Amino acid sequence: MIDLLTIFVLAVFVGFEVVSKVSTILHTPLMSGANAIHGVILVGAILITGRAEGALEVTLGLAAVFLATVNVVGGFVVTDRMLEMFKGHKAGKPVRSGANGHKEVGG
Amino acid sequence: MSPTWVQLAYLVAALCFVLALKGLSTPRYARAGNLLGAAGMALAVVTAYVHGAVRNGLLIVLAVAAGVVVGIPAARSVKMTAIPQMVALFNGVGGAAAALVALTEFLAVPHGSVLFQLFTVLTVLIGSVSFSGSVVTFLKLQEIMTTRPVLLPAGQLLGVGAAAVSALLALSVVLTGSGVLLVLLALAGLALGVLFVLPVGGADVPIAISLLNAFTGLAVAASGYVLANTLLIVAGTLVGASGTILTRLMAQAMGRPLTNILFGAFKATTATAATDEQRTVRAGTVDDVAIMLGYAHSVLVVPGYGLAVAQGQHAARELAQVLEQRGVTVHYGIHPVAGRMPGHMNVLLAEADVPYEHLKELDDVNPGIGSVDVVLVVGANDVVNPGARDEPSSPIYGMPIFDVDRAKAVVFMKRSMRPGFAGVDNSLLYNPKTTMLFGDAKESLTKLLAAVKHV
Repeated sequence: MIDLLTIFVLAVFVGFEVVSKVSTILHTPLMSGANAIHGVILVGAILITGRAEGALEVTLGLAAVFLATVNVVGGFVVTDRMLEMFKGHKAGKPVRSGANGHKEVGG
Repeated sequence: MSPTWVQLAYLVAALCFVLALKGLSTPRYARAGNLLGAAGMALAVVTAYVHGAVRNGLLIVLAVAAGVVVGIPAARSVKMTAIPQMVALFNGVGGAAAALVALTEFLAVPHGSVLFQLFTVLTVLIGSVSFSGSVVTFLKLQEIMTTRPVLLPAGQLLGVGAAAVSALLALSVVLTGSGVLLVLLALAGLALGVLFVLPVGGADVPIAISLLNAFTGLAVAASGYVLANTLLIVAGTLVGASGTILTRLMAQAMGRPLTNILFGAFKATTATAATDEQRTVRAGTVDDVAIMLGYAHSVLVVPGYGLAVAQGQHAARELAQVLEQRGVTVHYGIHPVAGRMPGHMNVLLAEADVPYEHLKELDDVNPGIGSVDVVLVVGANDVVNPGARDEPSSPIYGMPIFDVDRAKAVVFMKRSMRPGFAGVDNSLLYNPKTTMLFGDAKESLTKLLAAVKHV
């Protein structure tokens, strides 16, 4: 048990540390990415269903597998779609600006 | 204990998750981070299946397939404007899955150690709260139910009551190991989640989602103790911890303490609407506004959710370019919570190829706002509401705003006189400096574009 507690405490600090400095722009993608990661409950759902015997347990387990899968795939796909929008504007470096932008006017 | 190769695979997956979160915090590596997270997840899931699916293998594959069939199209087809509620929904099903996992394990092993029962109880309770809370935030953002804070009579009492009942049930489950009581606990958790989110209104809802996201992380971590699985503990804790920090950061961006956001609505009484004398609104025509814009020296565009809904970002960019050709300086004022999620406007304008350096934040804009000739408010409302600055009775009091009422003139593009997402009246509408331009943001912008060319 103390091993698991150690892991827990260390993970708390890592969790605090990795997101301590994040710009406002990335708040939502980060939330969404973290959301996908807690879909790891799918691992737990597979493990319990994989050894379930009674009909009730199997049903509940499968429901958990289904829901967790929706969480995982939906979470990662939606995050990717959000981040796709940032392409060309990464790290604050504008790609289209100045002269190029002005020429398109009036079209 | 699982075999070494399984442990190692879980370790690699956990590392992927850490790096994913790290990557997601920097613009340059955000997308790569997300993909790395997905890769780690795939590794973990395949490992769990190969090692753990002794029985029901085919059924598990079918359930995963069903989840993929539901999840991917939902995530792909959702409109950019509706993404926050989609995230809320995905978060909710994750919470429900965690609760179900603990419940199932409890049914299989009814009389474990006290610690096992304690973590089972925690998983079920937090998972249920997260599920029902997320569903309510979804309903709010989807505008299926009102976006305003919902204050039940004696709502606070009900909340405390539900919390007390939950705690009592949790204790009795730990002591008795009763499955029936555990199901009752799940129900109490569902009620608690609803009561928790109902009073949160308007622009604060994304912050509630972020907090519920952290909750689900904790539920997953607790389930890791139930199953003695280190990966679940590490990943769940990571999300719980980073989600908590993120929630605080988001609250800071709103300029308010978290407790105020979650429980502020309890305090907000019906003190507003006292000064409802005959206030007049000045509506302008497209040509009036075109002249104002065309002969201005500097223009500030403040976009909001209305621009996103109308998909008017391209029209806004074209209008800005025409104005720039006339020698007008055009900047965009981007409020941290404009739209329905932080960063919403950056995403939207980036899509329309608005140069990054034209996007200005609150602190860049407000000091010099007195010299701005025309502020064009496009589909924004709460982020320019002077009440947030001047009226302590306002529910959004304390939120930083663009002080557009201090600019020389304001053009307010709006669909109707309806109040904004937070449901708060905006005195800026009645300001003598303000000209209203009613209509859909995209249509109005397109008309303006044509009109400005002929000024």
